[in-house]
Amino acid sequence: MNGSMGNNGLGKFLAGRLFKLITLLVAVSLITFILMKLSPIDPVTAYVGADSRVGAEQRELIAQQWGLDRPPAEQFLSWFSSLLSGDWGQSIIYRRPVLSVIGEKFLASLAVMAAAWALSGVIGFSLGVLSGVKEGKLTDKLIRGYCHVLISTPTFWLGILFVMVFAVWLGWFPVALSVPIGVLAEDVTMMDKLSHLVLPVLTLSVINIAGICMHTREKTVEVLRSDYVLFAKARGENRRQIVRSHVLRNVSLPAITLQFLSFSELFGGAVFVEQVFSYPGLGQAAVQAGLRGDVPLLMGITIISLLFVYTGNTAADLLYRAVDPRIRERYAR
Amino acid sequence: MKDEEYLLKVENLGVSFSQYTQGLKKTRLQVITDLCVELRAGEILAVVGSSGSGKSLLAHAVLGILPENAEETGSIFFEGRKLSQRDKEALRGKEIALIPQSVNFLDPLQKVGDQILSGTGGTSGPGQKRRRRTEQAEALLARYGLEPGVARYFPHQLSGGMARKVLLQTALAADCRAIIADEPTPGLDPDSLAEVLRDFRAAAAEGRGILMITHDINAALQIADRIAIFYAGTTFEIAASSDFAGDGAALRHPYTRALLQALPDRGFTPIPGSQPLPGELPEGCLFCGRCPQQTEECAGRRPMFRDLRGGKVRCIHAT
Repeated sequence: MNGSMGNNGLGKFLAGRLFKLITLLVAVSLITFILMKLSPIDPVTAYVGADSRVGAEQRELIAQQWGLDRPPAEQFLSWFSSLLSGDWGQSIIYRRPVLSVIGEKFLASLAVMAAAWALSGVIGFSLGVLSGVKEGKLTDKLIRGYCHVLISTPTFWLGILFVMVFAVWLGWFPVALSVPIGVLAEDVTMMDKLSHLVLPVLTLSVINIAGICMHTREKTVEVLRSDYVLFAKARGENRRQIVRSHVLRNVSLPAITLQFLSFSELFGGAVFVEQVFSYPGLGQAAVQAGLRGDVPLLMGITIISLLFVYTGNTAADLLYRAVDPRIRERYAR
Repeated sequence: MKDEEYLLKVENLGVSFSQYTQGLKKTRLQVITDLCVELRAGEILAVVGSSGSGKSLLAHAVLGILPENAEETGSIFFEGRKLSQRDKEALRGKEIALIPQSVNFLDPLQKVGDQILSGTGGTSGPGQKRRRRTEQAEALLARYGLEPGVARYFPHQLSGGMARKVLLQTALAADCRAIIADEPTPGLDPDSLAEVLRDFRAAAAEGRGILMITHDINAALQIADRIAIFYAGTTFEIAASSDFAGDGAALRHPYTRALLQALPDRGFTPIPGSQPLPGELPEGCLFCGRCPQQTEECAGRRPMFRDLRGGKVRCIHAT
């Protein structure tokens, strides 16, 4: 249980994680590459668009220039090796390096996702604990009803509903985009940006609350039925003390983990939400790249989202180690 | 002996559960019937019975922590006062303490020191007070031969013997008058067992009354002053430990004698049959069907719990 042992355990854990990440990265890149090769979208056609002035000869030249005439295995290897050296290629639709496009879009998405993540986590957890403590009471029924409705609500539909209610009818927030239209970039204020963030964040978090809330409720009920809560009662602790010193800690662990594991759903939800609100983030870029055959960008986004979700999972495990003494010890051994 | 002289007195306790059987049909399941037991200050009373005899439920009823679908009848007195549910809530952890069965009754994520003192406020809180409480926990640990560092352990780091001591200390920290220990002995090696029993004796010597629930009649004989025999949710006999000496001629109830004769060093002869399940209890005496002294009268009605030769018995044939 001393410090050095703990550090050893952590090093082993992180090394294992890194190895898994590399193998996963290779596998996912390969699968994405094969899928793109098999897709009916021809990158050259997607590039030149409906421009009929580009003849067959010129098309071939473009294909040759991009190396499309070479065998697929060679194409993959050359793409993958340049990926490792930091050259992620050129985005066809944005005509800029993929990394710079992703960097810009990811930051915009990150604001939406981070806000939605924190908001849904805090609200979902609080509602879940409340619901579990009031098991069977009216409060519990209301919260559960709310969650069930939300779980069966499609993200895009809720987004459209919010646009109608808050943007069109009430006019509280802008309908779409991340900045006002017709305003110079340097004249955009922080308030402008924030007000454009509100509806996408709200949509994304309202959807995500349901999952964390239901999960927290189940755990709360389970803890309240545990032997150690029974013993706490036998020792004269009242309900408030029991919730504070036993329920919160024992429930927050799985809740935090779940919240980090939900990175993939968060990312998936962001794709829908950004589409509904025309919010220029990574999700929208992914849709555009897919529809318009921007292979380098789509591959780049795939890898970035993989890293994103994987980071979430690793963070969940690390936190578990930090908070739960039983797990910390298992790795130290 | 008058009521006030008992620390804890349980009179005709009945516990039943409502259950849904076959879809929506609700039935009552009688688990404890006419249970009577008394605990005096300074004594160790062992409650012995096989599993399913209602031992743990007795503890839960006294502390008012029965599950919600349970219904309780009869009366429980503490120092001569009949307890309501609210009284139990006020007394538990302060005057009456529970020593639970296993380390599973400790919060897995809370340090042992905090849990020992939990009933008295815990070691959390600001600076000086916190330090004083930590010292208090360590002092308590030291008194029972544990290192002060154990206060910083989590429950899963305790060995079986350490866990028993820690569980005992959760009760001693609160300075309770009555302690109910639920199965404190299983899984202990002979040395640890002797140590735990010594700790119990020491706690009783300080004037506490200890109700030890166990299925281990040997452990009970080693330590208890008196032994209450449970069967199918009721008390068959209360006898002094000395009554169990030899072939048990001083015992009053045929079941108690059968129990003694089933021990490895006392003949090792079991009696046929098994304890009836709740819901399948016989009309008359609950021992009907297994009793060697059974007569027609036994099957007709349940015998009263009566005083006999300094103990108590629930059998019409006992003399």
